[in-house]
Amino acid sequence: MANLALRKLTKSYGTTEVLHGISLDVADGEFVVFVGPSGCGKSTTLRMIAGLEETTSGIIEIGGREVNNLEPKERDIAMVFQNYAIYPHMSVKKNIAFGLRSSKMPKADKEKRIQEVAGILDMVDLLDRKPSQLSGGQRQRVAIGRAMVRDPAVFLFDEPLSNLDAQLRTQMRLEIKKLHQRVGNTIIFVTHDQVEAMTMADRIVIMKDGYIQQVGTPAEVFHKPANTFVARFIGAPSMNLLAGRIEGTIVTLDAGQNVTVPTLAPTGDGGILLGVRPDDLHPNSANPIITGTVTLREPLGSETLIYVETPSGEIIAKADGRTPPAVGETVTLGADPENLHVFDASSGQALS
Amino acid sequence: MTDITPTADALLMPKSAPRTRNMGQIIRWLLLFIGGIIMVMPIAYMISTSLKWPHEVYNVNLIPDEPTIENYTYVLEDGRFYWWFVNSIIIATITTICNLLFDSLVGYTLCKFRFPGRTIVFIAILSTLMIPTEMLVIPWYLMSQSFGWLDSYWGIMFPGLMTAFGTFLMKQFFESVPDDFIEAARIDGLNELQIWWTVAMPLVKPALAALAIFVFLGNWTAFLWPLIVTNSVDMYTIPVGLSGFGDEADVAWELIMTGAAISTIPTLVVFLIFQRFIIRGVVMAGLKG
Ligand SMILES: Nc1ncnc2c1ncn2[C@@H]1O[C@H](COP(=O)(O)OP(=O)(O)OP(=O)(O)O)[C@@H](O)[C@H]1O
Ligand SMILES: [Mg+2]
Repeated sequence: MANLALRKLTKSYGTTEVLHGISLDVADGEFVVFVGPSGCGKSTTLRMIAGLEETTSGIIEIGGREVNNLEPKERDIAMVFQNYAIYPHMSVKKNIAFGLRSSKMPKADKEKRIQEVAGILDMVDLLDRKPSQLSGGQRQRVAIGRAMVRDPAVFLFDEPLSNLDAQLRTQMRLEIKKLHQRVGNTIIFVTHDQVEAMTMADRIVIMKDGYIQQVGTPAEVFHKPANTFVARFIGAPSMNLLAGRIEGTIVTLDAGQNVTVPTLAPTGDGGILLGVRPDDLHPNSANPIITGTVTLREPLGSETLIYVETPSGEIIAKADGRTPPAVGETVTLGADPENLHVFDASSGQALS
Repeated sequence: MTDITPTADALLMPKSAPRTRNMGQIIRWLLLFIGGIIMVMPIAYMISTSLKWPHEVYNVNLIPDEPTIENYTYVLEDGRFYWWFVNSIIIATITTICNLLFDSLVGYTLCKFRFPGRTIVFIAILSTLMIPTEMLVIPWYLMSQSFGWLDSYWGIMFPGLMTAFGTFLMKQFFESVPDDFIEAARIDGLNELQIWWTVAMPLVKPALAALAIFVFLGNWTAFLWPLIVTNSVDMYTIPVGLSGFGDEADVAWELIMTGAAISTIPTLVVFLIFQRFIIRGVVMAGLKG
């Protein structure tokens, strides 16, 4: 087990740079999730850590040791692929044993280790099967077993759950989390599913276009998004952003209303975006912000999402599940001041 | 239909429909029948001739008047045929093994590694497919002559130890082996040669089987080059030897056909051994379900 450090990592394919200086410190035993839209460079970063892709510049350290010039097998890592990549011509047991091929462990110990891993993953009965005789979830577990058996310093997962159906995904999510609590190895987990990121991570790394947007605990990135991208990427439905100007603690929306926000240090020319999550925005709030007409309702059971057409554009709010406002009704939406986020309009960065 | 009372179905169906279907079927059967005859006839004649006495060979009757296995005893006891058979087995087997190894090694490299000049190498290999053997025979001969390879196993085998076709075939099949398998093996600590052998090769078994059949048959029946490169009767392969079988006076068709019939046995064996590896869908099972 060991910590992992990335220092100003860049990656270019030909003349196009796809990663622009990724720096990150991961503590020993931490569960870090990389999340971001397709093409943002998550897989590339992971594959560079694994040694499957060369680094263009920057340093990768595993356990305090620079690994840039080491082969994948010398880096003390294991990787689980999106497509499982378990060998179809070998039994489950052989697949798992494959992870131990290059280890100098005595044969009896290897056998013990395989049984142990199979026990943890609940696969003892499946050891003699071929991959074609397994379900998707079981195959993924074999892939995890092959990675686990070596007890690597760092586990790398590249979207391992995206081929599973929703129910199995939730189940495997839990299993991986439990596994982490049990074995305690450092884990880097790549996904584009923000729910996966929020539920599993100790810390989330949010990426976009080859840049890290924010690194923080799930609570931090949710409650204190560093910029409008993070604000809209984390949380569903996405945060509403209303254009306006800030003067001291008063935000004047372009639509005319004045809203009081906590004291902030304004940057730029005072043009801002006021962010408020649908979860925090309700009709009949003590702190009204904006008025509009309900155009659509989405009942979720205990609550109802309402789409409200306002002078600042369409925004989403949450109303009571039993007596939601009717379509066509005029509502005034409001939110508690501590749930308001203010972003600089031109840079998108959060004001603090 | 033997039932004379029309069933509901028959009444409802337009009268012409079943008849056109029958016509189509008849034509299809007829074509298949003709095709079958065309393919089976030469083999039937080969076997029939091998069972005839010399005086009956030029009669076209399929069933010999006086069937005999005399030809078989003669050919099998004839020392020459024995040697040709051994030569052919050795040459076809070694060439097949070499092709399986080299074609897949080169095909794998061309498929899974990015290196400068990769495309050029591939095109160069492919372009050799367009040159007919007849044109290559002279350079081969001159080469064998200057290296002293004439009239030897090596001389017969060297042009075919690797083939452009096999390389191409293997490259295409390796495309179907996902890179994830190879990268997973790399992380598991295998070197590139081990990855090729333990991970990639088992996944292209069907292609290897097909290639084995092709190469074996191709070398088993090769005629022109072995004829040119060999001098001594002991070095002949079966096709070369059989073409002149008989005594000096004239060609003994019944003996040639007997030898040909015997020489089909190894090809059948090879086919039966390898065709069971040609099973589809092996590769996909390790991936997402
Ligand atoms: N071999 C390559 N050659 C050129 N560009 C590449 C190559 N591999 C990846 N890229 C580019 O690098 C960028 C990052 O790709 P990467 O695979 O890391 O994205 P990702 O975040 O994993 O996306 P996804 O969620 O779709 O898997 C993309 O813009 C992609 O087009
Ligand atoms: Mg990816």
